[in-house]
Amino acid sequence: MTECGLFACVTPKQFDAVKYRADFPALHQEINGAPLVFLDSAASAQKPKQVLEALTRLYANNYANVHRGVYTLSQKATDAFERARETVRRFIHAKSSDEIIFTRGATESINLVAHSWGRAFLKRGDEVLITELEHHANIVPWQMLEKEIGIVLKPVRIEDNGDVLAQNVIAAITPNTKLISIAHVSNALGTILPVEEIIAAAKAKNITVLLDGCQAISHIAVDVQALGCDFYVFSSHKLYGPTGVGVLWGKKELLNKMPPYQTGGDMIEVVSFKGTTFKQTPHRFEAGTPAIAEVVGFASAIEYVSTIGLDRIAGYEHELLEYATAELSKIKGLRIIGTAPNKASIISFVMDHAHPHDIGTILDGYGIAVRAGHHCAQPLMERLGVVATTRASFAFYNTCDDVDALVAGIKKVQEIFK
Amino acid sequence: MSTSAAELRDLYQELILDHGRTPRNKRKPPEANREALGHNPMCGDRMTIYLTLGEHDALIEDVAFEGQGCAISTASASMMTEILKGKTAAQAQEIFDYFHTLCTTDHASPPNHLNEDDLDRLDALSGVRQFPIRVKCATLAWHAMQAALCPAGMRQNQVNSEGDEKQ
Ligand SMILES: Cc1ncc(COP(=O)(O)O)c(C=O)c1O
Repeated sequence: MTECGLFACVTPKQFDAVKYRADFPALHQEINGAPLVFLDSAASAQKPKQVLEALTRLYANNYANVHRGVYTLSQKATDAFERARETVRRFIHAKSSDEIIFTRGATESINLVAHSWGRAFLKRGDEVLITELEHHANIVPWQMLEKEIGIVLKPVRIEDNGDVLAQNVIAAITPNTKLISIAHVSNALGTILPVEEIIAAAKAKNITVLLDGCQAISHIAVDVQALGCDFYVFSSHKLYGPTGVGVLWGKKELLNKMPPYQTGGDMIEVVSFKGTTFKQTPHRFEAGTPAIAEVVGFASAIEYVSTIGLDRIAGYEHELLEYATAELSKIKGLRIIGTAPNKASIISFVMDHAHPHDIGTILDGYGIAVRAGHHCAQPLMERLGVVATTRASFAFYNTCDDVDALVAGIKKVQEIFK
Repeated sequence: MSTSAAELRDLYQELILDHGRTPRNKRKPPEANREALGHNPMCGDRMTIYLTLGEHDALIEDVAFEGQGCAISTASASMMTEILKGKTAAQAQEIFDYFHTLCTTDHASPPNHLNEDDLDRLDALSGVRQFPIRVKCATLAWHAMQAALCPAGMRQNQVNSEGDEKQ
């Protein structure tokens, strides 16, 4: 790894990104004749070989359906599956593994809360607070409840620099506010929201809080009990795990009061034509055969990042963010969108004369993968007065060399669009 | 699928960049009697096409557009306005069919009412063939134009170019 000028990166002794990078097979390939520079981990992260091996191992040695066979192999699969639940519990410091519900992804987790908790506990006129920077996954499920039961969805204004001020969220609370559902970290801008302050104010007024932790979970060590929220959601695939798995964490008392989301096998106690009784959480919310191998692979991803340590990852990624911010700021005609003081390693930007799509296509020609578009946050784009942005997101397997490649790629874009 | 520097240069050739930078007929004509909005859900780009159709809707007297887009979608809209002016509705449809085939396959044959300039313009745009994901950008204005040409009653006011990736 090269020295990065002013903001010298953490030296390999402290954080050996190159060593970790070697664990990710997909990063070692050429794209369009150039070495891949993968800067789209916020959309989905690459997977270390430890995860790929866990998937293979499960299918090769321990695979059967879970929670139903009396035979040994099914018990082995069930054990691995339930161990994964415990791994997730430990990772987010939940009180009990019963509070960990496996879903198909964060989108399903939020939909589950909207369908089950929302329909059971919200009524006409109740208010749900979100912010202007939410991902569509944390907007549309609530809009459905607006239509269905007449709740009121209130987006809280954000600052022009993409920051969210706790006082603005708190000021939007009224006696009708029943839920605050906000991102922990913005996927489009990288803003880290002041969730502690918001949760403290909400709790003083008995308001339920859901945090969309999709982007936080890979950058910040999360302790749901210390946070004090009621629900926390995230996806495996953004945390270096397989696709098709997400987590809904909720407080047990709350979860056990919630009606089932989907119904079918595995979630019932007794089914008869006179009536059916449901299991307690988590099984109440896990109807049907789950993504067994992916859940087990997810646990190995968590073990992988835990071995490195999220605090060390966060520290290194912060260095990368600072270096990239400094380098990109030097480019004339480029404007960073989202300059909140507290940010995770995500940088959105726009350029004079070049549309994000053109930037994305040209960078790809040099092997650089970035996201171009509205980042599933169209209301945010509208709020900031841009149609779309180009987004580079950095993971711990990225290095200052990747930042330098991005800067060189942007210069190529400028040559074309001069 | 691999992109070479030559393909990038081919896509972003001077004609495209010129129309992208200084699009022609980017305005809202007061006498326009047809319009439709094209929306690219992938990037959020929106583009409104205005047509001024003559007597019995036969001749396209004027074509213009408004909106924001990438270099490809803007250049495509700009060139489309130049190509379609003075054509009939039926010819416009034939040209779109040809252009669409040009962007997605390698066996397109042009309708005989296109002149050399028009063929050059469409040829420049067809550089997107090497960039399947960008075909939607190149065809966005054309889809909106097609929607605007539909007889009232059957007309959709908003269309998108989803599903236009190269087969
Ligand atoms: C902040 C945020 N919320 C929700 C989601 C939805 O996650 P998934 O697509 O994994 O369900 C994403 C992913 O793009 C996200 O970044």
